[in-house]
Amino acid sequence: MENLNVLYPEIFLFLSSCVLLLLGVYKKNSFDIIYKLTVFILLFTIFLIINYDKEATFLFLDVFINDRFSNFIKILILLSSVFVLISSYEFIKKNKISNFEYPIIILLSIIGMFFMVSSNDLILFYLGLELQSLSLYILAAIDRNNLRSSEAGIKYFVLSALSSGLLLYGCSLLYGFTGSTNFEIIQSELSNNYGGIFSMVFILVGLSFKISAVPFHMWTPDVYEGSPSSITNFFAIVPKLAGVAVLIRFMDIPFKNILIEWQSIIIFISIASMVLGSVAAIGQTNIKRLMAYSSIGHIGFAIAGIATGTQEGFSSTIFYMTIYIVMNTGVFCCIYFMQKDGNYMENIQDLSGLSKNQPLLALAFLILFFSMAGIPPLGGFFAKFYVFMTVIKNEMYALAIIGLLTTVISAFYYLKVIKVIYFDNSILKFDKNNNFAIRATLLMSCIFLVVFFIKPSLLINIVNSLF
Amino acid sequence: MNFPILSSIIFLPLLGAIFIFLSKSQKNDQAAIYISIFTSFANFFLSLFLWYMFDKNYVGFQFLEEHNWINGFFNFKLGVDGISILFIVLTAFIIPICILSCINSVKFRIKEFLVAILILETFMIGVFCSLDLVVFYLFFEAGLIPMFIIIGVWGGSKRVYSAFKFFLFTLLGSVLMLVAIISIYWIAGSTDFVRLYEIGIPENYQYLLWLAFFSSFAVKLPMWPVHTWLPDAHVEAPTAGSVILAAILLKMAGYGFLRFSIGLFPIASEYFIPLIFILSLIAIIYTSLVALMQEDMKKLIAYSSVAHMGYVTLGLFTFTKQGIEGSIYQMISHGLISAALFLCVGVLYDRLKSRVISNYGGVVNFLPKFSLIFIIFTLGALGLPGTTGFIGEFLILVGVFQKNYLVAVISSVGVILAAAYMLWLAKRVIFGETTNANIKTMKDVNFIEGTMLLSLIIMTIVFGFYPEPLINTMSVSVDNLIENYQLQLTKGIAKIN
Repeated sequence: MENLNVLYPEIFLFLSSCVLLLLGVYKKNSFDIIYKLTVFILLFTIFLIINYDKEATFLFLDVFINDRFSNFIKILILLSSVFVLISSYEFIKKNKISNFEYPIIILLSIIGMFFMVSSNDLILFYLGLELQSLSLYILAAIDRNNLRSSEAGIKYFVLSALSSGLLLYGCSLLYGFTGSTNFEIIQSELSNNYGGIFSMVFILVGLSFKISAVPFHMWTPDVYEGSPSSITNFFAIVPKLAGVAVLIRFMDIPFKNILIEWQSIIIFISIASMVLGSVAAIGQTNIKRLMAYSSIGHIGFAIAGIATGTQEGFSSTIFYMTIYIVMNTGVFCCIYFMQKDGNYMENIQDLSGLSKNQPLLALAFLILFFSMAGIPPLGGFFAKFYVFMTVIKNEMYALAIIGLLTTVISAFYYLKVIKVIYFDNSILKFDKNNNFAIRATLLMSCIFLVVFFIKPSLLINIVNSLF
Repeated sequence: MNFPILSSIIFLPLLGAIFIFLSKSQKNDQAAIYISIFTSFANFFLSLFLWYMFDKNYVGFQFLEEHNWINGFFNFKLGVDGISILFIVLTAFIIPICILSCINSVKFRIKEFLVAILILETFMIGVFCSLDLVVFYLFFEAGLIPMFIIIGVWGGSKRVYSAFKFFLFTLLGSVLMLVAIISIYWIAGSTDFVRLYEIGIPENYQYLLWLAFFSSFAVKLPMWPVHTWLPDAHVEAPTAGSVILAAILLKMAGYGFLRFSIGLFPIASEYFIPLIFILSLIAIIYTSLVALMQEDMKKLIAYSSVAHMGYVTLGLFTFTKQGIEGSIYQMISHGLISAALFLCVGVLYDRLKSRVISNYGGVVNFLPKFSLIFIIFTLGALGLPGTTGFIGEFLILVGVFQKNYLVAVISSVGVILAAAYMLWLAKRVIFGETTNANIKTMKDVNFIEGTMLLSLIIMTIVFGFYPEPLINTMSVSVDNLIENYQLQLTKGIAKIN
């Protein structure tokens, strides 16, 4: 009998999503209760994971792996989802997308991500990925009556399905060349196997698409802009984290022996993402589009750590993603504050003179954007610093110098937002918003970024112990 | 000593800033002003106490503090020697003056302004205290945020352009330094530069690392041809911002050259002497000529700053005791005099809302006290004996003469040019006919302005006649630096042979 203890979080999430679904079907106007229950379920799952955080365990003929790495990623996924959910509640209510399916689909996508990051087998990985992706397609189009949202959903579905196809093709090739779907066996079969390299490229393409790395980023700005902000918030954080984690898993286990082959591809993707993310964002006027390009750039920085191919590099990537999550949570909280007469605003120009009307919100923007730009002593600096520590250790100077030069370019567009907030004259005054959840989330993320420099080693120790 | 005096000097202003931030906004923001004056003065006295406690004959760093920071990699290490302590005192001395000056001249959002200045003080003092490259970088870069806000929010009409230019220029230079710092860690296994002085950095790495550090400091100093951000930033910044920029931010780069370029990369420094000399000479001659033709007073002083900092680099890279001590002296003197000149321009600007030279003339007839002060600082800026400016330039020239005759002769021309543009400025502003009727309605300096400027005059003249305390303080550390430099150089050359 398998030891099912380690699977409790997944089982619990699945059962509770079924129960919530039944509740939604039988009870009218059940959005509020389901929404709150979802938050509690997620919190309880964190407890379950911490409770069973033990040595690496394999389940079901080594298909499922449960180790510190996957547990840490799962906790991050849950925590960030909780913050996304509580801060976007008001937005969902006001924009009348409060269907009871909304939180349940988020739950299902989280289950998909759980299986993704815990997979030790191509088939389980693909199933998890598809469960996640299908949920995300629906989420992008959740605002059915809105043309932009539907367009975003369709666009995302078509492109993402294509990339899933490529990914699946890569998986099947990999199976064909190595004779197994198990990651460890693939690893041992892959040295000196040219077919394996061929399939690796397909898998990389598929994964790059999911984390919106250049040149597979085209969907990102449109989907970010078209989807409702609450969904964009989710998109920008949680699936990215899961995607990067899976990428690390692939590079760490099945493709470990063909490091030289994939390294140059990852370096290219990383540089391209950093450059495009910073250059293309300059002309943006919509803050959600800006965040889309900014996230492309951030992914570039994050996978610079993966490009080193060392476990330190993987740790630094996870470190980067953790801080990235905190920053993005904060920025989207700020976006929820951009309301005028009950309508949500998205133009950067609408922020003009914010520092006079709402100095605290302006300060939050200041902290978050300087942190995103990577200016010390804020948290974002340490993220970049730690990634480039490992990059330079592996003597990849070109990557480091190009990466750091793009931070200067990206500083320009972050500064442009700060300029609008602090230097320009006020055009409109946002509504006062006293929502406690958004304020608390924003406060926490800002405080985290500001005081992070006092004890950075707390987080560094955790990510270093993952591998 | 157990009391963490350096940490308190660094973080006291930050504490003050937090208090101001939490204080209730009222009319005139009296509470904020009092808190900021109190903290800045407390910090000044703390720094004087530090100077008093400082052992001038001790070789190496004192008041060491070390905290475990990013574990295994970097420690949060602080300490001062005879060079850095002077800059700490200078910073702590200039900041109260800035705060006093902004009571009159900052008309809106004074609370935020004071918060920004105090946070900036924390970062600036941190730069001079840090004994670890990463800590240094952290403070060095962090200063950009408050300065960007100061220029952008309270600046003049072209403030956005200037703030962006300032930020992006400096950031561009600094990221290369970050690459160099990380590389040093992996090459030498430490970023604690007291240890790095002992270990030394392999010669073949030195050249590239030197260039990376140079790119950062050359922008910040600023050296020709990357000086163009400075006039813009100076002109657009509010008075207090200009004062901080000229008096302290530029010195961070001079300090950086001294500590890192010379201290860590002696072989590369020796190798790049011609580059530094040529750039410094261009800075001295070219920017002096440019300064001559300026119509905006602040721009003129800004260009004169570039020329003065040209002397500083010239003196530093002579590697003689006179040259280096002269450079440090020149930096302190420039910190006092250019700060005072910017304050003087601020005094005029507050009254007439103009910085254009041709709008003034005959000021002496209506503002006698102000004119006296202005003339004293003008003479200080051109290096009249009896002011700090003279001692700095004189020592530098003595140092340069030992190294290279031609360079010394050319750089001496700069002294004449400095006299030309400063005296011409004084002539056009203070003397001459009063063409602008508004000047007649101007009031002379008030009590606060008088106190600020008087304190700067006292410093300029006292240390101009009696340089002993400053020279004594830095002497042992400079000797140690040069000794270390020569040692490393011979070691390095021995390795090549």
